[in-house]
Amino acid sequence: MAALCTATPPVYARPVWETVATDEQRLLAALRDRDEAAFMDVVARWRKAMLNVARAHVSTPASAEEVVQDTWLAVLQGIDRFEGRSALRTWVFRILVNHAKTRGVRERRTVPFSSLAREEAEGDEPSVDPSRFLDAGHPQWPHHWNTFDGCGPRAWPEARLLEREALRVLQRAIDALPPAQRAVITLRDVEGFPAEEVCVLLGLSDGNQRVLLHRARSKVRAALEAVLP
Amino acid sequence: MSSLPEMPCRELVEVITDYLEDALPADDRARFEAHLHECGPCRDYVEQFREVIAASGRLAPEDVPPETRDELARAFRAWSQGP
Repeated sequence: MAALCTATPPVYARPVWETVATDEQRLLAALRDRDEAAFMDVVARWRKAMLNVARAHVSTPASAEEVVQDTWLAVLQGIDRFEGRSALRTWVFRILVNHAKTRGVRERRTVPFSSLAREEAEGDEPSVDPSRFLDAGHPQWPHHWNTFDGCGPRAWPEARLLEREALRVLQRAIDALPPAQRAVITLRDVEGFPAEEVCVLLGLSDGNQRVLLHRARSKVRAALEAVLP
Repeated sequence: MSSLPEMPCRELVEVITDYLEDALPADDRARFEAHLHECGPCRDYVEQFREVIAASGRLAPEDVPPETRDELARAFRAWSQGP
């Protein structure tokens, strides 16, 4: 069976964890080799995640931008102290969160991230407009999709979601989310962070992290449903 | 025939992320899967959910504004030529 080992592997889409490892290695190599282009590339690739984490802690997009910039400056200054005990990405994002929190306090932001996250995860927020379901008293199908009135979901045409216009709607829907939900979906689904890393980074319980993620995904799905046939 | 109460569509749409993250208790997991097996609209809904997750991972990185980029490039050069 030795032939199996040397055969060309089939080409699949790159799994998220592989992209993560690659970014991490690129950043390490960029810093080690003083490779400016590679450094700027990782800066661009992590930008969205970093901005969203920052924005969940500070008052304005402009402050978030400054927090991200200050983080990179601190990374350059402190990289010699990085001991490799955590992943480099974790280390960078920890610096980011510390900067963002300090900045949030300095701006006397009235709502700290922890309360924001709690508020966004609390209360009743149905994933789907309740009017699309039959009511509890329906003799046969209580709380099922009201397919009699055409209220059920319909499969989207294949690959339609990967078209540029749909991706634009998707990004706009994420941008319109409340800050904690937006930070969580960006880290998890856009950037592929594992759940545990997001919990530690944002100081969230497993349960709240999942609620925020689910609410975010449900709203984004609804936004896409509104434009897809 | 399962003795578990059915999971109606309206409940299913609330627990998809818990299901995908393997955080549903075993009974609810069984109810989820049994319902999905029977319900075409919920299968479509879950498929849309998965498509949204996959498409999110394909979004393009955001451009770095030129001033930000220049400032960082200057800092990088100063750092790399530093003591």
